[in-house]
Amino acid sequence: MSISEDHIRNFSIVAHIDHGKSTLADRIIEKTGLLTEREMQDQVLDNMELERERGITIKSQAVRTVYQAKNGEEYIFNLIDTPGHVDFNYEVSRSLAACDGAILVVDASQGIEAQTLANVYLALDHDLEVFPVINKIDLPSARPDEVAAEIEDIIGIEAADAPRISAKQGIGIEDVLEAIVEKIPAPTGDPKAPLKALIFDAVYDSYKGVIVFIRVMDGVVKKGTPIKFMATGAADEVIEVGYFGAGQFIPCDELSAGMVGYITASIKELKQTRVGDTVTNSAQPCAEALPGYKKVNPMVYCGVYPADSAKYPDLRDALEKLQLNDASLVYEPETSIALGFGFRCGFLGLLHLDIITERLEREYDMDLVTTAPGVVYRIHKADGELMELTNPANMPDPSEIDYMEEPYVSAEIMVSTEYLGAIISLCQERRGIQTGMDYIETTRVLLKYELPLNEIIYDFFDALKSRSRGYASFDYELSEYKRSELVKLDILINHEYVDALSFIVFKDNAYERGKRMCEKLKEEIPRQLFDIPLQAAVGGKIIARETIKAYRKDVLAKCYGGDISRKRKLLEKQKEGKKKMRQIGSVEIPKKAFLNVLKLGDE
Amino acid sequence: MPGEKLSLYIHIPFCIKKCNYCDFLSFPTGGRNTPLAERYAAALLREAEALRGGSLSEACQVDINQARGQSYQVDINQVGDPSRQVDINKPVKSIYFGGGTPNILSSEWITRILCKLKRLFTIEKDAEISIELNPGVYEEKERHRELEALKEAGINRISIGLQSACAAELKRLGRIHDLTAFLKLYEEALNCGFENINVDLMTGIPLQTCDSFARTLEKVLELRPKHISAYSLIVEEGTPFGEVPLKSLDLPDEDEEYEIYLMTRRVLKQAGYERYEISNYALPGYECAHNLVYWDRGDYLGLGLGAASLIGDLRFSNTGQLQKYLSAPGDARENIHKLTEKEAMEEFMFLGLRKTAGVSRADFKRAFGYDMDEIYGEIIAGEEGAGLMEEDGDMVRLTERGMDAANRVMSKFLL
Repeated sequence: MSISEDHIRNFSIVAHIDHGKSTLADRIIEKTGLLTEREMQDQVLDNMELERERGITIKSQAVRTVYQAKNGEEYIFNLIDTPGHVDFNYEVSRSLAACDGAILVVDASQGIEAQTLANVYLALDHDLEVFPVINKIDLPSARPDEVAAEIEDIIGIEAADAPRISAKQGIGIEDVLEAIVEKIPAPTGDPKAPLKALIFDAVYDSYKGVIVFIRVMDGVVKKGTPIKFMATGAADEVIEVGYFGAGQFIPCDELSAGMVGYITASIKELKQTRVGDTVTNSAQPCAEALPGYKKVNPMVYCGVYPADSAKYPDLRDALEKLQLNDASLVYEPETSIALGFGFRCGFLGLLHLDIITERLEREYDMDLVTTAPGVVYRIHKADGELMELTNPANMPDPSEIDYMEEPYVSAEIMVSTEYLGAIISLCQERRGIQTGMDYIETTRVLLKYELPLNEIIYDFFDALKSRSRGYASFDYELSEYKRSELVKLDILINHEYVDALSFIVFKDNAYERGKRMCEKLKEEIPRQLFDIPLQAAVGGKIIARETIKAYRKDVLAKCYGGDISRKRKLLEKQKEGKKKMRQIGSVEIPKKAFLNVLKLGDE
Repeated sequence: MPGEKLSLYIHIPFCIKKCNYCDFLSFPTGGRNTPLAERYAAALLREAEALRGGSLSEACQVDINQARGQSYQVDINQVGDPSRQVDINKPVKSIYFGGGTPNILSSEWITRILCKLKRLFTIEKDAEISIELNPGVYEEKERHRELEALKEAGINRISIGLQSACAAELKRLGRIHDLTAFLKLYEEALNCGFENINVDLMTGIPLQTCDSFARTLEKVLELRPKHISAYSLIVEEGTPFGEVPLKSLDLPDEDEEYEIYLMTRRVLKQAGYERYEISNYALPGYECAHNLVYWDRGDYLGLGLGAASLIGDLRFSNTGQLQKYLSAPGDARENIHKLTEKEAMEEFMFLGLRKTAGVSRADFKRAFGYDMDEIYGEIIAGEEGAGLMEEDGDMVRLTERGMDAANRVMSKFLL
């Protein structure tokens, strides 16, 4: 099957969360006849169960459909769905690099939000042709004209003739399809040049091995082509090439310049396949790799322990398997006095952490204890050594430390003026440094802040939402490391130091955080047979204290007419409940407490 | 010890009105001696009659190999009716009419049932024969006659559900009586020659305070009953209490409830009552024999709707469906479960430890062939270290603090 490049359209859809990206993708797939309505499961592209539940895209997905345009010609559409979360910004950027254009979906009543801007700028950075679509015009609160004006004013792209649609109701989808043909440029690669293809994702399949998602920029790849990954150096021979059906891989003869599809080779490890790397023909390599490749580093670390220490090998196996499909997950073994053997795991962000732990629990049936997530601190030691600290328990003695640095992010927050004050004070509480404040209309402001990553990983988003009643949106990217006054806060339960509860905190916040940690632990740990003192300490000095009073009684009364079945059930439940506890010294601590104590809430 | 003697439990699943906390198997009838209750009593007689001819010799033999390892449900069609394993020639040491509200049946029916049991079983001369009475059931004029008839029928112990002496608390519980009705019933019982009387009380109920419960105890101690039960309220799902937000129940808080519980222990001890089981107190020699059978895992056979039985290592119960029971009372056995050795050992511990005397190492060895320490040594040592258990010669028991934490300690004895 030979397709000329001018009949190919490679594009993605960018939007703020909930503006209707996935619904529009579904409509496009449906209208182009790939699937009948009956075959459509809602949101075809969000494959993972977790993705469906959370309504977000976690991994990149791609699908190829054929569109019969009004001009009578057939066009191949490659829709590349990008992850919808800041944790996966690098993946988003690589997916966008595989496209020639993007559809910007804006909610007709919400208008432009923080992620809209972030995504549009990302698309424009990749020289993509972006055309807007105004969605949800069926809502009573829709104000498409104003939103169109907003798009022109703020983003500076033409929006007067933007399709006004309702993806949910299927209104205006034809206009979008025609606009894709008209506005998204056709690829312009050279099929005769040496092979140059971009890896924008990869998945592990137990039959096929690693399946590499590529966009061919130049040249051709087919079965038997000797290939090389330019950054990792891995070399192999192509076993299969193909393109993406709806949720399935469809083999074909070749992929030539301008096309999107997949290749498999006998690659066993996903680690060798890095998103952003360039695939070339090892017999006839291209002169230089595609720009933009980088190795992504985890931003957030936490300890992951099996609740039952005998399950440590199972956890190791599960992590190995997950890593096959998610090269951005890193882990290494560690031990904790409180929690035994486990792993220190690195994640792209908190959502990534959530997803991985949830998958471990669901797909691998692991019962986990996770410790509070933390960022990577840089410690400049007095002897000149630079140390990257991922586990607070490893912090050296303060006397050995010259100074410390912590990572900052550049954040953009879109908020209506009504809540401006509340959001500014939130950012100040979180040690933010304001770098910009632009009124985008009379009622909405774009705030720019430099914020310590540590201050936003736990609950910043929740706080933002509650203080703005949901009317603020937020996006960020890692900026730089900055020098900071940091101390290690330790927690003692019943006078025993619990290493898994230590964390690094800004010096001036230590007292407040320590106090709230103790209060929170008091809520989390059930009363036990004796009084339990809870203490927070910095450098051996107690800065806060609470006491959990001994519980009173726990007696089952009636056991009627000799029917003991209920009594047995209750005792069994109690025994089960005990499994959800971690014994630390003589105190039983619910496993959830290790993570929950850090969710200090926002008063 | 199991096997030597037998106890009988007779369930009467009717009440005038259900109490707000009650999740026992019982139906509200609105009055005494309704046709349904009488049909039920007649069915009880038929169920008892069906036991005739049963003996251990003709009992089915459950494959013992199967019983090792995992427990399993026994198919009644394969093994026959487990009640047939009951050797009706064994001496009966206690009979207990419970409910529901047993005195919703007229004394004639109770008499008939007892007569039937006397014909079927060998009832020991000094057997304890108890009935539960609700003070709100009897009309003024029938009280004396009914109690006299019960005495005549052979009942020698009565258990009166007072729960609280405080009118407001009784109302919240949904009880149909007041303190006066209780006092009249009590006085009449004494007149009729009942000297072994239990009074049931509840703690941790809506509106209760230390002071209010002190007054309840005071009222009861004036009467000096031989036995006092003090159960704490458990809010169960599916009851009116379980349907409303916990806060709206006005329960005493954890600390106050504990105070009430400590006070009960203290006041009753001062008054000469011995706490022989977690929730039961008695003057010396008046411990409830029937109650102890449950904790000692003696053989007991339950008759009536939903009644539970333990015969040897078989636990079973009757159907809980009233229509089914009424149509075939002789065929009501269900949920037959053969205990594994493991389950039997667990029961030995968690039931036995309810008694303040604790469990006997010698009895354990006799029952299972193992030293208790082979199975539970580590756990017992741990609990002793925590001050929750202690030893006294052959006996291993909970300390007072261990009693407070009974559920936690007992759950550790599940293997």
